[in-house]
Amino acid sequence: MSAPPSALGAGRPVRSGRRTPRWPLLLLIPPLLWLGVLYLGSLLGLLSYSFRSVDDFTGQVLPGSTLASFQALFVPSNLDIIRRTLVMSVAVTVACALIAFPVALLIARSRGPRKATLLLLVTLPLWASYLVRVYAWRLILAQEGVIRYFANRLGLGGALDALLATPGIGGTSLANSSLGMFLVFVYVWLPYMILPLQAALERVPASLLQASADLGARPAQTFRRVLLPLALPGLAAGSIFTFSLTLGDYIIPSVVGAPGFFIGQMVYTQQGAANNLPLAAAFSVVPIVIVTLYLSLARRLGAFDAL
Amino acid sequence: MTSSSSWPLRLAAGAGLLFLHFPLALIALYAFTTEDRTYAFPPPGLTTKWFAVAFARQDMWAALWLSVRVALGATAIALVLGTLLAFAMTRTRFRGQGAITLLTVLPIALPGIVTGLALLVSLRRLGVSPGVATIIIGHATFCIVTIYNNVSARLRRLSASQLEASADLGARPAQTFRYVLLPHLATALLAGGLLSFALSFDEVIVTTFTAGPQQTLPIWLYGELFKPRQRPVTNVVALIVMAVTFVPILLAQRLTLGTDDPSGAGKGT
Repeated sequence: MSAPPSALGAGRPVRSGRRTPRWPLLLLIPPLLWLGVLYLGSLLGLLSYSFRSVDDFTGQVLPGSTLASFQALFVPSNLDIIRRTLVMSVAVTVACALIAFPVALLIARSRGPRKATLLLLVTLPLWASYLVRVYAWRLILAQEGVIRYFANRLGLGGALDALLATPGIGGTSLANSSLGMFLVFVYVWLPYMILPLQAALERVPASLLQASADLGARPAQTFRRVLLPLALPGLAAGSIFTFSLTLGDYIIPSVVGAPGFFIGQMVYTQQGAANNLPLAAAFSVVPIVIVTLYLSLARRLGAFDAL
Repeated sequence: MTSSSSWPLRLAAGAGLLFLHFPLALIALYAFTTEDRTYAFPPPGLTTKWFAVAFARQDMWAALWLSVRVALGATAIALVLGTLLAFAMTRTRFRGQGAITLLTVLPIALPGIVTGLALLVSLRRLGVSPGVATIIIGHATFCIVTIYNNVSARLRRLSASQLEASADLGARPAQTFRYVLLPHLATALLAGGLLSFALSFDEVIVTTFTAGPQQTLPIWLYGELFKPRQRPVTNVVALIVMAVTFVPILLAQRLTLGTDDPSGAGKGT
């Protein structure tokens, strides 16, 4: 530490006002060089590629700027990809929030070793490799897999077939359906929703809920008027993860799911096999714009304090 | 919050937790199956022979070793940069602080595919060939936020009065740092470091863009998923990866458990 004398000791509570020390600004230099120059610079470089075009014959990126790649985004087939990805991201986020709420609430209401154990139970799957978890679902969703086995044993094989015959969510097997993909997404991102939600619920003072009950609110009213608004920052924080992770993922749609590209797969294919870096860049601008809008909204809801 | 929980809540929460763990149990089961062509459930028989087969695979060991090196490198960089950032952000106030918070969150908030592609484009422009170093650079970028979050949370809970007391008692800044601040931060650094290690060890999307021909363990697993040479081997490796990552996580959990609410840390800050 190259702090000037007594600088560390002189630190007043930061919030108390104007006289905060200036020397910590120096510490910002290395991380800002990394994040600002290396990372943000790369992002801007990527953006600049989206205004370039590619020679159809040689595959070379041509000089000069054009909006052709962005125009290409509005071709019906590409709009379809964007719509499909967005619908899935929203559906996954809503489902994660619904499943996460009771788990988060139970953890927030627990104390001591019980709480630690519950938290551990939520985080452990997160640390089982992402690919491992996706792979596990291939076992579950496979034609000869677990779900089919139990469905048949319980006499629900017909119901499963009917579900798979439903257009939009079905497919030849669960592993090849949007429904299957949805399940995997929800499973894989669920802990990212539970943890911030739990943190937000934990901060709700019990006295507030008691006061609500004392004032004659039914549990449902207390939930809607008191608990839910206070949980909103946590929900918003969790949704940043579930939404954004779904938006950009290309592994899950390529391992399970119905035919039809997602944004991530499109970016991957365009930069790789199709060798159209400008179109890949334009496609990657879509999640950047959506996530930036989302982040600014989430920030207003106080999500950054709940991260 | 009250400690009583109604049974519908317990039931719903229990179902959620079961949902989270069932697939993992299944991986463990399939690592022992005698059936190596399909995912048939239930497995027709059980065997331990796939463990021997997995351990004999040189490509698996190479990928594992690369993953460990990358995770160590990325964590080391992230520890330094994340801690500096946390100090700067909690010890002073300035214009544009919100923008820096946003910049820190961005690498994990933006989809990995964007981060990966952006880095790839830059590396190509700079003429850097992909390799171990470029994987580390990519991973460190999103690991910084883990360390930053852990350290800044701990710093915010550390009341300034403790540092003032140290100074009043005649400690030089270096001494305050060594004897007051560092012990206070130690578990946050360790926990953040372990999380960062696990994050890097598991990352696959950014890695596909920055790795070139190099194979980290997740990339290796991804390859096995698509064209498996021996299906149960994938399960064995998956099981091993789980075991390897669970141990540091359990350790981190234990380490932060007692110190989560440091006594005397003061709730005023």
